[in-house]
Amino acid sequence: MADLSVNIAGVHFNNPIIAASGTIGFGREYSEFYPLSVFGGISCKGTTLKERPGNPPPRIAETPMGMLNAVGLQNPGAEHFIKHDLPWLREQGTVVISNVAGSTEEDYCKAVEMLSDTDIDMIELNISCPNVKEGGVQFGTSCESVAAITKAVRKYCKKPLIIKLSPNVSDIASIAKAAESEGADAVSLINTLTGMRIDINTRRPIIKNVTGGMSGPAVFPVAVRMVWQVKNAVSIPVIGMGGITTWKDAVEMIMAGADAIQIGTALFTDPYSPVKIAEGLNNYLDSHSLSSVTELTHSVII
Amino acid sequence: MKYDAQNCVLISKDKLTKTIYDFRLQNKELAALTKPGQFVQVLVPGKTLRRPISVCDVNGDIIRLVFEVRGEGTEILSLMKPGDEINIIAPLGNGFELDKNKKTIFIGGGIGVPPMLYSAKQCGENATVINGFRNKDAVILSEDISSCVGNLIITTDDGSYGIHGFVTQPLLELIDSAEMICACGPTPMLKNISAMAKEHNVPCQVSLEQRMACGIGACLGCAVAVYRGDGSTFYKHVCKDGPVFNSEEVAW
Repeated sequence: MADLSVNIAGVHFNNPIIAASGTIGFGREYSEFYPLSVFGGISCKGTTLKERPGNPPPRIAETPMGMLNAVGLQNPGAEHFIKHDLPWLREQGTVVISNVAGSTEEDYCKAVEMLSDTDIDMIELNISCPNVKEGGVQFGTSCESVAAITKAVRKYCKKPLIIKLSPNVSDIASIAKAAESEGADAVSLINTLTGMRIDINTRRPIIKNVTGGMSGPAVFPVAVRMVWQVKNAVSIPVIGMGGITTWKDAVEMIMAGADAIQIGTALFTDPYSPVKIAEGLNNYLDSHSLSSVTELTHSVII
Repeated sequence: MKYDAQNCVLISKDKLTKTIYDFRLQNKELAALTKPGQFVQVLVPGKTLRRPISVCDVNGDIIRLVFEVRGEGTEILSLMKPGDEINIIAPLGNGFELDKNKKTIFIGGGIGVPPMLYSAKQCGENATVINGFRNKDAVILSEDISSCVGNLIITTDDGSYGIHGFVTQPLLELIDSAEMICACGPTPMLKNISAMAKEHNVPCQVSLEQRMACGIGACLGCAVAVYRGDGSTFYKHVCKDGPVFNSEEVAW
């Protein structure tokens, strides 16, 4: 039995598998399948200062080996999360990460300040949501804007701060460095790739929002490449995600440079995928005589 | 346990029309939990998203699914063979609230007909079922339904079978004797039925569809606009809050 535990910015995770924000809500629905402690951590649904209604439907479209979504950050707001979801989630034996989104710098800072005064473990700053008109990805697509929002939020953030990066940029390594230089404790990537599908019978986009964020196995090679580039560029921990579906994908992502990984769309295909990935990862480490998953991180031979 | 993802054995497979298939899946634990109007999320080999399919009937340890081939996913499903294992998440959503002592009209339109079998059965002689189809070739489940309900009426758009016209015609004649309406089918049909129910002051439940991902209420993909008490709207979700909604709640 290998040691699957990892330490990200001073926070101990029992295993490197984290549920990706937006795919698991605040955890309750998936706790019908298994105790949430199967995850090293859970990144909660993107939460804004005030409640957000989300986008009109349809919000979902399938793509070859993947999907598009444009949920539009529907969430009950930070205060509701703190009162109604956090106390329950705290009892589930897993690291709780609050994913924070906003429309303005002020909103981000206020939400982060509010969440910093709770017993959540970490904050993941969502500056990469492609599905909202204001905010989200506009903060995440240039080095200057990433540096500015990281610097602003850092003042209010008393928890380890993860910056979640958008892949819809020309040079992700520079963006990661900008976050690191302004005090990010870790980066996570990739958020979804902006995509679009058209119904050829109606000539209309399938998603009401016209465009949506693409995820699933199809984006995996893009994610591996970007995680590798970022790991080469920064010295803070890197949380890798994007299309991880099997334990082999998890091994590959960790080899590329991930200190921990997130699983999202795979939960929809197979809710039990995190259990299978943990088991497969452990067997791989055992069969390669590795005592800890940390020995695998960034072990790709170039 | 409310629901789980488990393998079922495909016990039998029948073709009801050119595009509609009838699958009987065996899984004792999940069958025992399944109520009328609920649905299952079927894993399709090679596809990222599961396909939500309404439960047509439950008999002992058998869950019966009747579905239409509409795209690549349902096409792949239709090629599965008896003896194959199919993974489903079940049972999902809230079904119809039924009272077997109430005179209830069940209305199915096209591929909205299958969930009416298990649902109408619960009301036996008190159930009147009105099923509407495009034409004679599209008519399904008539024997199954007529054997366990008080009355079955069939309409076709082109008059090639049963009453010529839409389900709303026979509904208009029967609506004032009804204590409850349960409907599933195309949105324009549900919208019309909902308006008639309101006019005649009969409570009405409708089963809705929306493009869906997780199926359990976590991803918030399958939004449907509903009214608050003050007339403003917000989004509920077909998978967890539905698929059955009170028709007056839906912001059509």
